[in-house]
Amino acid sequence: MDDRVILRVGAKILIPFILLFALYVQFHGDYGPGGGFQAGVIFAAAFVLYALVYGLGNAFKVLPPKVAYVCGALGVALYVGVGYVSMALGGNFLDYNVLAHDPAHGQHYGIIGVELGVLITVFGAMVALFYAFAGRRRIDP
Amino acid sequence: MSENLPALLIVVPLMLAPVAALVGRAGASWAVATAACWWALYASLALLLRVWDEGVIRYALGGWPAPYGIEYRIDLASAFVALIVAVIGAIAIPYARTSIAREVAEDRAPLFYTAFILSLTGLLGISITGDVFNVFVFLEISSLSAYSMIALGQDRRALTAAYQYLIMGSTGATFIVIGIGLMYVMTGTLNMVDLAERLPQVADNRTIPVAFTFLTVGITLKLALFPLHLWLPNAYTFAPSAVTAFMASTATKVSVYLLLRFFFTIFGFQFSFERMQLDMVLMPLALVAILAMSLVAIYQANVKRLLAFSSVAQIGYMVLGISFGSVLGVTAGILHLFNHALMKGALFMAMGCVMYRIGSVRIEKMAGLGKAMPWTMAAFVLAGLSLIGVPLTVGFVSKWYLVQAALERDQWAVAGVVMVGSLMALVYIWKVVEVAYFGELDPDHEIQEAPLSLLVPTWVLVIASFWFGIDATGTAEVATAAAESLLRGLP
Amino acid sequence: MSDALGHFNYWAVVVLMMVGFYTLIARGNLVKKLIGLNIFQTSVIMMYVSFGKITGGTAPILVEGDHGEAVEHVVYSNPIPHVLMLTAIVVGVATLALGLSLVVRIKEAYGTIDEDEITAKDNAQ
Repeated sequence: MDDRVILRVGAKILIPFILLFALYVQFHGDYGPGGGFQAGVIFAAAFVLYALVYGLGNAFKVLPPKVAYVCGALGVALYVGVGYVSMALGGNFLDYNVLAHDPAHGQHYGIIGVELGVLITVFGAMVALFYAFAGRRRIDP
Repeated sequence: MSENLPALLIVVPLMLAPVAALVGRAGASWAVATAACWWALYASLALLLRVWDEGVIRYALGGWPAPYGIEYRIDLASAFVALIVAVIGAIAIPYARTSIAREVAEDRAPLFYTAFILSLTGLLGISITGDVFNVFVFLEISSLSAYSMIALGQDRRALTAAYQYLIMGSTGATFIVIGIGLMYVMTGTLNMVDLAERLPQVADNRTIPVAFTFLTVGITLKLALFPLHLWLPNAYTFAPSAVTAFMASTATKVSVYLLLRFFFTIFGFQFSFERMQLDMVLMPLALVAILAMSLVAIYQANVKRLLAFSSVAQIGYMVLGISFGSVLGVTAGILHLFNHALMKGALFMAMGCVMYRIGSVRIEKMAGLGKAMPWTMAAFVLAGLSLIGVPLTVGFVSKWYLVQAALERDQWAVAGVVMVGSLMALVYIWKVVEVAYFGELDPDHEIQEAPLSLLVPTWVLVIASFWFGIDATGTAEVATAAAESLLRGLP
Repeated sequence: MSDALGHFNYWAVVVLMMVGFYTLIARGNLVKKLIGLNIFQTSVIMMYVSFGKITGGTAPILVEGDHGEAVEHVVYSNPIPHVLMLTAIVVGVATLALGLSLVVRIKEAYGTIDEDEITAKDNAQ
């Protein structure tokens, strides 16, 4: 039997849980330790695990490098976009109080929005970094 | 919109940076970068005029009032420095289109323009923020994008130059963070105004002088004051020409502004100059910088490297002005910020034109260029005259204020050093002029004048350095008012 | 004596800081310099987090009573240093990533990542 069976089966079982855990950390950031950066890294770790076990070619098919760059840029746009919406609704930049009918809900929506932006950017950046390093050919001595 | 202008100054370029990364083609990214730079110019000019009329502008980010939240606090010195950065950015970006098309690969150009916008955003953010940790964040944004831009240079030594700058710059930033942490643990606040109020009460504890020291070393590293200047010559020499022109005129100037902000606003004149004897530390270093670095510049064979060492010497002039601690001295320092940005920007842009046409900036390759590229070399000569400090140029105005500040304190030796520095500048400028105008042109290679898109920004800066030299009242007024408000401290 | 033991965190910070700084300055291998920089930055992170601890303070998450209302008179540790250090960690990661990409490019361009050999090759050229 191929000695990599254990790795492949193990990765297949674990990757969905890693992705789920990343989302848990993302939303748990409101109430405890967690948040966008940590969640983004864990989310990217799942893709890195996939690339390590199944090969970079398969990883490129699942998540093309262009998509990773676009994610990196899009998250920043989302974060700054939340700030723009606050300004358009009459508050200062990133003033979450004006985003909903009362300040508590506004803070809630604002934080979710910016953390989502952070998640997307960090995920895109981490995957792009991995692709950049792994995509180079072996350097011959 | 106008009440959100402080935030928009930072946020519009910040929003345009991912757009520049996403558009994917060099020309479109350049257009986005131009929009960001010209918006920054408009907004910083509007902010300076508003501060001049109304006084300090305070803008609470996120609606949280200071000191609970992060606020932008724009006073005259901040607005002036932000304007300098925006002006140089707006002039460098049309220059960059042609220059970068020649020096950076086409598929990397969009990422270059993204890094350019991010660097501009970081530098503007440092100028206008009123929260010390925010300073660190923007400092790292501008520095990291600067490291990437430098690494895009053609020579392979650009990579080692970028690496060396990364190591030294990150060490400096970490020292600044240590200083900020020590201040935070003693006072419990990160807001500059609040810190200024609380620091005198805890200043007897040993932590505060230690924090002061860490901050001084960290900022001096970023500032490239002798002897922590080792990253500067390599970084300026091997970076793409547009990057050198932009960075030489902005990155170190903003670090000088940081020095002013920390020493005069947060720690206060009394603590910095009387208790910690800052002038005893800064003045000798500045004097050595002026003399030693000008001397080293004379012996360089690579003209960009020569200008880089000259920059370290000019930073010595700025820090010398600040170390006097008087209104005249700090005015001289702030004025030289502006004037040096114009002069060095013009000089490095002229070198970029030379690089564009002959592919090298070594002095022996520039023989006879005065005849082949008359406009470029004329720009170099005129900006060089400004560097020496000939009357009618901006360089003369700064040196005049510096000498006056020295004589006010009866320090004739210091005034003498300033004069000797000018003489040495004369030597190294003449070195280049002699080869360019009295050397023999190589008859085999036909060298054309640089294209208009490179010449026009260069000449804009040259003409500006003469304009503000002949009529210095505007800049001198702003600089004096800024110096007075800094020395007065907070009410 | 108990003061010195109580300050154990800060002793660890000092040791890490010096180890990192020494590695940064004294090692010629480019990757080792980056590791030294990272250790240096980690010590600063530890320092800030130690600053945030309040004696008798619990984690800075709102303690809820039986019916979901906030409990009064609870001592919380300071969350601000933690927030600041999240930013600092991200900056450190970005710096490390940028530094390592530069090292990869330098290796491709020079064939070595030892600082002295690189200087020798530069001077020879």
